[in-house]
Amino acid sequence: MEHTTSINKQLKSFFTEIGDLSYFTIRYFKEVIKPPFEFKELLHQCYNMGNRSLLLVGITGFIIGLVLTLQTRPTLMEFGAVSWMPSMVGISIVREIGPIITALVCAGRIGSGIGAELGSMRVTEQIDAMEVSGTNPFKFLVVTRVLAVTLMLPLLVIFGDALALFGSFLVENVKGNVSFTLYFNQVFNSLEFGDIIPATIKTFFFGLAIGIVGCYKGYYSTKGTAGVGKAANSAVVFTSLLLFIIDFIAVFIADIFYEL
Amino acid sequence: MNENADISEREIVLKIKDLHKSFGDNHVLNGFNLELHQGESLVIMGKSGSGKSVMIKCLVGLMEADSGTISVMKHDITKLDREALDILRADIGFLFQGSALYDSMSVRENLEFPLRRHSKKFKKDTDTESMIIEALENVGLANAIDLMPSELSGGMKRRVALARTLILQPKIILYDEPTSGLDPITAKEIIILMQSIQKKYNTSSLIITHDVDCARVISDRMILLIDGIDYAEGTFKELSASKDPKVKAFFKQ
Repeated sequence: MEHTTSINKQLKSFFTEIGDLSYFTIRYFKEVIKPPFEFKELLHQCYNMGNRSLLLVGITGFIIGLVLTLQTRPTLMEFGAVSWMPSMVGISIVREIGPIITALVCAGRIGSGIGAELGSMRVTEQIDAMEVSGTNPFKFLVVTRVLAVTLMLPLLVIFGDALALFGSFLVENVKGNVSFTLYFNQVFNSLEFGDIIPATIKTFFFGLAIGIVGCYKGYYSTKGTAGVGKAANSAVVFTSLLLFIIDFIAVFIADIFYEL
Repeated sequence: MNENADISEREIVLKIKDLHKSFGDNHVLNGFNLELHQGESLVIMGKSGSGKSVMIKCLVGLMEADSGTISVMKHDITKLDREALDILRADIGFLFQGSALYDSMSVRENLEFPLRRHSKKFKKDTDTESMIIEALENVGLANAIDLMPSELSGGMKRRVALARTLILQPKIILYDEPTSGLDPITAKEIIILMQSIQKKYNTSSLIITHDVDCARVISDRMILLIDGIDYAEGTFKELSASKDPKVKAFFKQ
């Protein structure tokens, strides 16, 4: 009986959270189109999130490219298909690995950052101070941050993809003496619009999810400094889960279009 | 006494009538009332968790009251839309308990922030830089203009927060525990500063505190918030001489 009550409580809390998050998202879409627009803060956030994530995304992408090529090479050699390496790496990086890995890295770097920042602003009454000074804190803090991640994530994914392909090329160059032109010619010959467009579109949704969840967790953070840590942590956990769900839906929809 | 009689005849700038606020089964405010007159210093005292901060947050629209009316300069804030409330907020300064300075902004940017929002309140040729410097000079911190909040001590943060409150030239200033967390010397400095600001700008002040020394020095009148209502009202002298055990408990320190 006690067990059932506990499950009921957890289910209720889960659905309440989903409802609140949905309301938060709807409010974001309402506020994003309403003036005044905080361009200066938006640019500041774009710089903060984009520029400061470049190194992390770049290194991660580069290593993914290296490792993927190193680990796939022996298997392809066994089948005499090593010449397919650039095509295989190109498609897998652009379609799936690049976007999801970059989004996961950004969920850790940006999502937790937003959760912690807004959470600490909430518990130190900075958000209340903003409201009292006549500023709409949702517009100034949430709209700018969500929009900045949504706009920056596709660019970061392109950057991460480029470095992953470069990492893969380095392995091919060292191990198989493949030239830069030959490698990238093969990569681009194998890629179609159908690979690039859906992959790019889904990164906007990844960015939106990272921003919305990070802001939501931070904006409604409670229980003092412990709440700030919890906000940052749950922002990463919840976003990561959401990224895989969005990815599944995106792949599913893209697949329907392929079949048509 | 004559001065107090004079204050009570002045215009009422803030009026709370029959304010109720509950959180679930916890009834925090059970019909609280107050009137604040022009140029008056009204101190609200109450135990921790008695609903002082809830009351002050309802007053600026940070929380929604369950029932009752809150009239600020003849505007019922419970009926104002967001835009009208924001305009009215330019006339209400709020000094937060923990200063609430924006961590990511310098002292200059902290003071600039409310000015950008309320630019319509001032003439077009108003020099914001000189307004910022004047506000900082009022609190004796003009040389801290380019520092970040993390580089300031607790007392300095409270002074900068006071300067930020002052910059919009509010008619009413709400102080939420202005001396809490400060050493006695810094607390005294803050109290002196509050008095000098009130004199200089003729503002009305509503001060929430449980610091008896602060109440004694700064109050024209006091209200004791007990059991969610305005339990007792009077000057510091009157209340400290009260024989009511609930009132007496506040002054036994």
